[in-house]
This record gives sequence, structure tokens and C-alpha cells, in this order.
Amino acid sequence: MSAHENEEKMILDVKDLHASVEGSPILNGMNLSLKPGEVHAIMGPNGSGKSTFANVLAGREDYTVEKGSVRYRDLDLLDLDPEERACEGIFLAFQYPVSIPGISNAYFLRSALNAVRRYKEEPEVDAVDFLQLVRSKMELVGMDEKLLQRSVNDGFSGGEKKRNEILQMAVLDPKLAILDETDSGLDIDALRIVAEGVNALRGGDRSFIVVTHYQRLLDYIVPDHVHVLSEGQIVRSGDKTLAHELEREGYSWLESGHAAEKSQEAS
Amino acid sequence: MSEAEELQKLADKEYEFGFVTDVESDSLPPGLDEDTIREIVKRKGEPDWLLEYRLKAFRHWQTMEDPAWAKVEKNTVNYQDLIYYSAPKPKKQLESLDEVDPELLETFEKLGISLEEQKRLSNVAVDAVFDSVSVATTFSDKLAELGIIFCSFSEAVKEHPELVRKYLGSVVPYTDNFYSALNSAVFSDGSFCYIPKGVACPMELSTYFRINAAGTGQFERTLIVADEGSTVSYLEGCTAPMRDENQLHAAVVELVALEEATIKYSTVQNWYPGDADGVGGIYNFVTKRGLCKGDRSKISWTQVETGSAITWKYPSCILQGDDSIGEFYSVALTNNFQQADTGTKMVHLGKRTKSTIISKGISAGQGQNTYRGLVDVKKGAEDARNFSQCDSMLLGDRCGAHTFPYVEVRNPSAKVEHEATTSKIGEDQIFYCNQRGISTEDAVSMIVNGFCKEVFSELPMEFAVEAQKLLAVSLEGSVG
Repeated sequence: MSAHENEEKMILDVKDLHASVEGSPILNGMNLSLKPGEVHAIMGPNGSGKSTFANVLAGREDYTVEKGSVRYRDLDLLDLDPEERACEGIFLAFQYPVSIPGISNAYFLRSALNAVRRYKEEPEVDAVDFLQLVRSKMELVGMDEKLLQRSVNDGFSGGEKKRNEILQMAVLDPKLAILDETDSGLDIDALRIVAEGVNALRGGDRSFIVVTHYQRLLDYIVPDHVHVLSEGQIVRSGDKTLAHELEREGYSWLESGHAAEKSQEAS
Repeated sequence: MSEAEELQKLADKEYEFGFVTDVESDSLPPGLDEDTIREIVKRKGEPDWLLEYRLKAFRHWQTMEDPAWAKVEKNTVNYQDLIYYSAPKPKKQLESLDEVDPELLETFEKLGISLEEQKRLSNVAVDAVFDSVSVATTFSDKLAELGIIFCSFSEAVKEHPELVRKYLGSVVPYTDNFYSALNSAVFSDGSFCYIPKGVACPMELSTYFRINAAGTGQFERTLIVADEGSTVSYLEGCTAPMRDENQLHAAVVELVALEEATIKYSTVQNWYPGDADGVGGIYNFVTKRGLCKGDRSKISWTQVETGSAITWKYPSCILQGDDSIGEFYSVALTNNFQQADTGTKMVHLGKRTKSTIISKGISAGQGQNTYRGLVDVKKGAEDARNFSQCDSMLLGDRCGAHTFPYVEVRNPSAKVEHEATTSKIGEDQIFYCNQRGISTEDAVSMIVNGFCKEVFSELPMEFAVEAQKLLAVSLEGSVG
């Protein structure tokens, strides 16, 4: 395969995706394509299906895919278990990171890293190598080493939890990172620190989907493309200026006949 | 593979220790009357005072009724159907471990407690009790140099009658309850341990209990006395073959800590739990109690209960000495049709006595798990303190967790705290782990181990590792 063809290849190709939660349809024909290395922002009002989309990509059980397809690299993503998706390089930074009392962050992260490495048939990392790796990543995301010995997200502040997600991302080195409302519950300083961590991980072939309600996160994590989601469909796409437009005008324009404006592909 | 399938697969794992050892045993016929007791005494060559003690206990037992207050459903035990004495037939008189029946040694090796290995490599002295009698005690000689006595109960009766007589029944009188009365009448062996003044026992002492013969009840007796200023850490492990009937295990453990003495007693209980349909399994009805007799003494119970069809016990502390300390750390796991009604009693008598209770109950399958505990601060216990924390975790929606904390305070200066939580192992937690590449099986095991961490950290190192493994095996098809 030539370098040119490789460039054209999509890392993610979502076609006509319909998904429901407990019988109610949330995604109603979603289309989205990402090239390696791109950062796409998905914006939209509450209830538009942003988080559902993030969770469907990660394979959460409560979300039922009714129709459509998702190609991820050479794989049919919807065929894979959540842990297989993770091992194949999909990482979801949770909106509400879950705590696991009694299990240290370090132990959890090493278990995760070794699970991924076993999947790829790579040798597991021992405690010494792991510590070295994790220390360098902690520096990268500006995280205090003390958090390594604390239980996973247990008693963490909102900012610590989100930073911990970014640390996990840094260690697991995914190909496609999905940030689900990473800005929620963060003050502006915490937001900046988290965004800096994400920016440090940008580059190369790593792609990002940044799901957010507000434009402010996109001041720090500048996207290549912005999509507006409404009632489970992408109704507008544009470059980063679209985010500013939304900031000024809000989402109220969606309510008046968004269908007409739907899907003007800008990229 | 879905979560449910994954867990079902785990569930189908079989009980690892369910084999039967083929040794000839020397057993009494089933049934219990005064002649049975006389026969036990005769076979064991016991002194008259012990016969008297047993007969008094038996006569008292006959006046008692099988208690039914625990939150468990059990089959009626017919006490006349049980065999009260079963000993592996010795090929000849045993002088040392080398003369123990090789079949027996092999059994213990299968259980991962090779006495030979223990003797050579590790720093754990082991007393192994097979059915009713103690078959081998390691390291006795080495311990004897320090004045520590660690031997089978039968041997203690012969060699140290004054100590046994002084302390037997001093913490758990035969009148205490139905099972302690029965045990006092028919106990056939167990372990005895005495740590002299000022001696810190340099190694873990360990007893391994194994029920082998069919239709037997196991009634062992453990007595540990820590003299002034001494310390000892004691471990207890248990397994049994798979059998369709419910076998009764009714042990009595008594601990006595004199002034400034510390006893740490750890149990990893893995009796056969019955099959996935709830057939068979051990009835583990045990009375365990420690007396903090001297000032500044301390008794600490740590238990990991993963086996038995029914676990029904309350390792307790009587805090008699001023400034004495009692601790209870417990993990009880019930899966399939297992039931547990367990907890502790902390009785505060002395001034400034302190107790800590940390209980973790895990219910899976259709298991029922009850914490029942009493904090009893008596009138004279000035400035007593208690902290209790009882956490329950539910895996799946067919199991149950119950908490019955009793608090009785008769001194206004007491401070008693109780915290309780119940959580369901979260699908959120499992998905979070999955999303990081961790399989559901590993995720469940990790979450449960995290839940139990405060208790596992109280176990001696080797035991902590074993307990974690055991938990993973016992989780068997947890979330459904």
C-alpha cells in the first residue's frame, strides 16, 4: 500500500448509525469519518446523543445498535467486545470516571496496560519498567505522583479524576481517543491543565473525538472539524469557527427546522 | 463473551479440594451416649478429670435445644447418625513426621501444605488435624527451646495437664451454647499452644484441618494461652472432600491473653461449600472467643470465610483488662446456595478498652450473607471505644445481604461508632475496566479484592495471597 493510499484511509467510518437505549431511539442515522491524526469535535445540546455516540463506540452494553455500520481501521467495530475495542486502541475518557475502592491507581493502570499488551502478544511490563513509564507520563499530564498509590478515582476531586483519565490515555497510547464531556465539572484552571495534557498527546496518527456541550474546551483543544449533533443526527459540520458561532448563537436555531440545514459537509 | 456467560463459566469451576484420601480409619460406630464418650476417653487414654468434664458437658447438652435463631435455613442434624471419633489407623506408633502415613502426607501436599516442605523451607510451624486427630506437628522441638508449647490437644492433655485444666472452658464454658456443649463432650483433638512470659513467637503457628471420613463430625478444640508480655500469630486453614450430605464441624477455639500479651488469630476457611444446587457442604458452626484477661492485652481475629454450606460463628473478644484491645476483621463470601451468619461480639469490661470491627460480606449467586454483631459496653468500662464498619457487596440480583448490629451501652463515657454500606458491584465499574482492556472476569476479581483490602492487609503475607486466589475461585458466576 502506497503512502498516498494510507493517507486517504479512514481510521473511523460511521455510516447511518441508529442506536437506542431501553427502547428509545437516540441516534438516528449518524454519519462521521475520521482520518488518522484528526481532531473532531462533536457539539450539541443536552439529549442530542453525544454521550450515546461515545458510549456506542466504546461498546457499552445498555446501548443497542439498531442499524448502520462502524468501520474502525480494518475492523467491524460493532463485532468486538468492549475490552477488544480497548485493546485495539480505542480509549474513552469518561464523563464520570468510576471509582474502584481498594485498588491503587498504579495497580489498575498496570493491569490495564498488561491486558492490552497480552492482547497484542507483547511481553508484560514489570513493576520497575512500569513505574518508569508512568512517571514520565505523569510529568506529561502534570499529575502528582501521590495519586498513583490512591485508590482508582476514590475521593479524587473533579479535576484529579479527569487528569487521571488523561494519564490512563497517555499510558495506554490509543489510536482513537474519545473525550466524553471532559470539561464538565472543571473550573477554568483545571480545564486548562487537562487540555494541555490532551494537546501533549496530539500528533502522529492519533485521532480524537471531543464531545462537548461548550465551546470553551475547544479554545484549548483546537479541533480540525466541528460537527453539530441534534436529535441523533449531524446537522452541521464546519471548521473551528463553527464552534464560535455556536457560542454566540447557542443551540436555539436547531429548534426551527434544522432538517433543512442538515449535514453540510465542510471537510 | 458477555458478562453473564463469563461469570457462568467462572461459576462452573469445581471445588479444588474435593478428593477423598484412601486411608484405613479407626472409627467408632455412629451415635452418641455416655458410652461413646467413655470410649473416646479410653481410646485416647485421657485422665479422669477430662472424662468428668466431658460427661458434665454431655449431660448439659442433653438439656439443650438445637438453636434456630440464625438467619439460615438448615437441614436437621441427626446427632445419633454422626460418627464422633475417626482416626486414620496408624501403621505403628509415630515418633516423627517421617513415620506419618505417606497417603496422609500426600493429602496435605495436595492441599498445598506439604509438611515436609514446611519443615524445611518455611518459617511456619504446622499442626495438621485429619478427621479427628492431629497427625503431625512440625517445628515443636525448635519452639520448645523458647519454652513455647505447640502440640496436638491430646498431647497437651498428657504432657501439660495443669495448663489445659486451668484454661479449658475458661473462655467458652460448655454451658455457653448447644455446640460448645457438644464439642466439650466429644472433642477428639485440636491444637494447643502456650507462649511463655515475654516471648515473641518467632514464627507463624498454623493448624490445618481436614475432614476426610464420611459421616463424621469434626469437633476440634483449640486453646491458645499467651502469658504476660508474649506475642503469637496463629493461622488456621480448612478443607474437606465433596460429599452429598452435610457434614458438621463444631469446633471451639479459646484464646487467653494475659497482661500485655498479643494474640493474632487468622483463619482461611475453605470447607466444601456444597454443589451449585446447594447439595452437600459443611455446616461450620464454631464458637471462637478470646479473653483479654490482662491489662493492655490484645486479641485480633482475622477471618476469610469462603467455604461451607453454612457458616455460623462469631469470633469474639472479652475485654476484661484495662486498656485491652479487641479487633475483628472479616471477609465472608457466599455464592450459589451458601449461607453465612457471622460477625463478632466485643464485650467491654475494662477501662479504656478499644475494639474495632471491619466486616466485608460478599453475596453472589443465591448466597445469603448476614453480619450479626454485638458491641456490649458494661457499666465499669470507662471511656470505652468501638468502631464498626460493615460493608456488603452484592453480585447479581438473586443474593441477599443482611446486617444486624446490636449495641448495648451501660456507661455514658463510651464512644461507639457504626458505619454500614451496601453496594452492588457496578456494571459501571466493570465497563470502566473493560474499556481499559481488562476482561470481565479479571475486573470482578479486582473489584472484590479492592473491597476486601482492609481485611486482607491484616493477614500474614502468604495467607493474603492465598485468600485472594481463593476469593477469585469462589466468586463462581457472580453477576448474573
